[in-house]
Amino acid sequence: MTDALYVQALYLACGAFLLTGVLVLWRRELSAIVRLFTLQGVALTALVVVLGLWQGELELVLVGAGVGALRAGLLPYLMRRALVAGGAGRETQPLVNVATSLLVAAVLAMLAYAVSQPLIRLSPTPATQAVPVALTVLLIGFFVLVTRKRALSHVVGFLLMDNAITAAAFLTTSGVPLVVELGISLDVLLAVLVLQVLTTRMRAAFGGTDLDELRELHD
Amino acid sequence: MESLLVLAPVAVPAAAACLYAVLGWNRVTAWLGTLSAAGLLACAVALSAASSTASSAGSFTGSFTAGPGEAFGGLLFADALSAFMLIVIGVVALLAMAASPAYLAAELAAGHTDPHAMRRYGVLTQAFIAAMALAVLASGLGLLWVAIEATTIVTAFLVGHRRTRAATEAAWKYVVICSVGIALALLGIVMVHYAGTHAGVTSLDWAPLAEGASRLDPGVMRVAVMLLVLGFGTKAGLAPMHAWLPDAHSQAPAPVSALMSGVLLSVAFYAILRVKVIADVALGAGFARTLLIVVALASLTVAALLLLGQRDYKRLLAYSSIEHMGLLALGAAIGTSLALVAVLLHILGHGLGKSVLFLSAGRLHQTYGSSLIGAVRGLAGRAPLLAGTFALGLLALLGMPPFSLFASELGLARAGFAAGLGWPVAAALVLMLVIVAAVTRHTRRMLLGDGPGIRPGDGPDAGPMPPDGAGGAPADGPGAAAGGAVTLPRSLAVPLVAGLAACAVLGLTLGPLHSLLRAAAMIAGATP
Repeated sequence: MTDALYVQALYLACGAFLLTGVLVLWRRELSAIVRLFTLQGVALTALVVVLGLWQGELELVLVGAGVGALRAGLLPYLMRRALVAGGAGRETQPLVNVATSLLVAAVLAMLAYAVSQPLIRLSPTPATQAVPVALTVLLIGFFVLVTRKRALSHVVGFLLMDNAITAAAFLTTSGVPLVVELGISLDVLLAVLVLQVLTTRMRAAFGGTDLDELRELHD
Repeated sequence: MESLLVLAPVAVPAAAACLYAVLGWNRVTAWLGTLSAAGLLACAVALSAASSTASSAGSFTGSFTAGPGEAFGGLLFADALSAFMLIVIGVVALLAMAASPAYLAAELAAGHTDPHAMRRYGVLTQAFIAAMALAVLASGLGLLWVAIEATTIVTAFLVGHRRTRAATEAAWKYVVICSVGIALALLGIVMVHYAGTHAGVTSLDWAPLAEGASRLDPGVMRVAVMLLVLGFGTKAGLAPMHAWLPDAHSQAPAPVSALMSGVLLSVAFYAILRVKVIADVALGAGFARTLLIVVALASLTVAALLLLGQRDYKRLLAYSSIEHMGLLALGAAIGTSLALVAVLLHILGHGLGKSVLFLSAGRLHQTYGSSLIGAVRGLAGRAPLLAGTFALGLLALLGMPPFSLFASELGLARAGFAAGLGWPVAAALVLMLVIVAAVTRHTRRMLLGDGPGIRPGDGPDAGPMPPDGAGGAPADGPGAAAGGAVTLPRSLAVPLVAGLAACAVLGLTLGPLHSLLRAAAMIAGATP
């Protein structure tokens, strides 16, 4: 792989990663959101594999395959199952409308760019220069979490943040130590399973997964 | 032998969890949890004895080399600080587990639970304790993160144990907010790793990180430390990410609330203490100090404001936890030897006092069928022993002598003024006065007021729906409480009295704990 090809492939993967993140804000159909999330998992896998090929490390490529299996395979599968069980799936009334959300995404991108300056300054390689992309997706995930009202949207928001952190880890240091990576993946998977069970219980107790119903506990 | 001692605190509760999964919860296995907690405490005491002698023998260098040993391929390790935290976990777990049989028996009698849920309770509480032990024994940031996130996962179903609307809501908020917060901490860890690899530190273990801390890039570390404090602060219940805490603590079964409030918050705070050691070397003492002072005063303010108008006694206890976490953050910000000894003593004292209170509150909730302050009246006349443990626990929490929280708060204040942080400490003292006034006003009526309490659902003043009134069913089983006596089973009374006694003894003398506390404070980066 030549330098130029590596940089182009890397940025293509990062671009796809960012685009899928932003598009989550655009779609209100829950099934479309899950599809976008799957695509983002594929982009993340591509990103890790490109890094692995460039560094000539088989281990990194294998880790990439593992990341892909979890984030483009298992997690979307779990969410689709939750979606089927939940019946009609449309984000009812997001707190912020779509046009404004997209504008906010632009602002978040600038914020992410500003925050990542010290990170890029430490080692301005092509990979670290893509860190603002990861941070943008992190902030978008947080934004989804705050403004959407469906339980599944919350899960997607949380997973967008998690994808972004994984991307940041691979872009800066080719990933955290393997034991830690395994632990993290397991924790994320379990967190999603827990949320899924809670969604089922919520449907039983509230008759739906609109989080506006969650207002019994307050001061 | 030593490596076995480091492994045992995680292995014993994990084994107990497996046994519960196989045997279920019955009259005999109900005491298995207590046994496992006692075993954990014994290991903790043995470990701290080993680390105290290691430090007094002079091998102590102020870094992470003072520990008695590593185990499990270097993934686990113990020094005086982890040994002390293990003692706190062991003590609170012992109280909570000893109170569990009586609590669950009453729940079963009232039809709130079934054998299936009780088995799950046994498995999850033990897994919870094992995860906390793993967190304080983790040799590095990575495993610590994994263990703390694991506590979120295992406690999610404990918070939602009652399966009511309110409990499900609390569990949802708990998992979402804590997972997001802890995800921020993960990003912080990624940044630390990034700074580390460029400074020649490729592992995330405490020892190499502390050694290489001065070479870490300050620009990256500033971002990392902010994320780590915010992330672990979420789990520690520090403002501004505290929103999950009152809900989760008020909905969880009482022994679980005791564990969560008494130790889980402190275990997350322990992570902040460890991070601060590295941050102070990499960035100078000022950065983490400013951050912690802001967080501490914000937490105290939130607690004071929401305690003023509080109508629910379990939430009252939860906000008091936020207050005490704020005090811990303030102590860590001061950072002198006296302050850190006080912080550690405060962790233990708060663990004891808060577990006694949550366990008493659980009994109150079971008898009155409501957690509204207005529903409980004249407790002192009806149940002198329960009223006594509740009142003494509150006095302990408000920092009255002879309880150990008095000593630790006094130590914090003295250390703060000596370190030139007079203003933040003075502000904290004013907020604490507000809290004392608010808590006394609310609880005086519960203990001494006369006349029947407001029945849940009566009148417009009754406030939010009582948590167990799900499905429109009338609050169950409180009939006896309105006029008759409130009983306190002996197996519940023993841990309550023992917890208070331990808290009072600690306020009078530290005994052998003194050298351990000093060694642990040195490891937490005490400046002279």
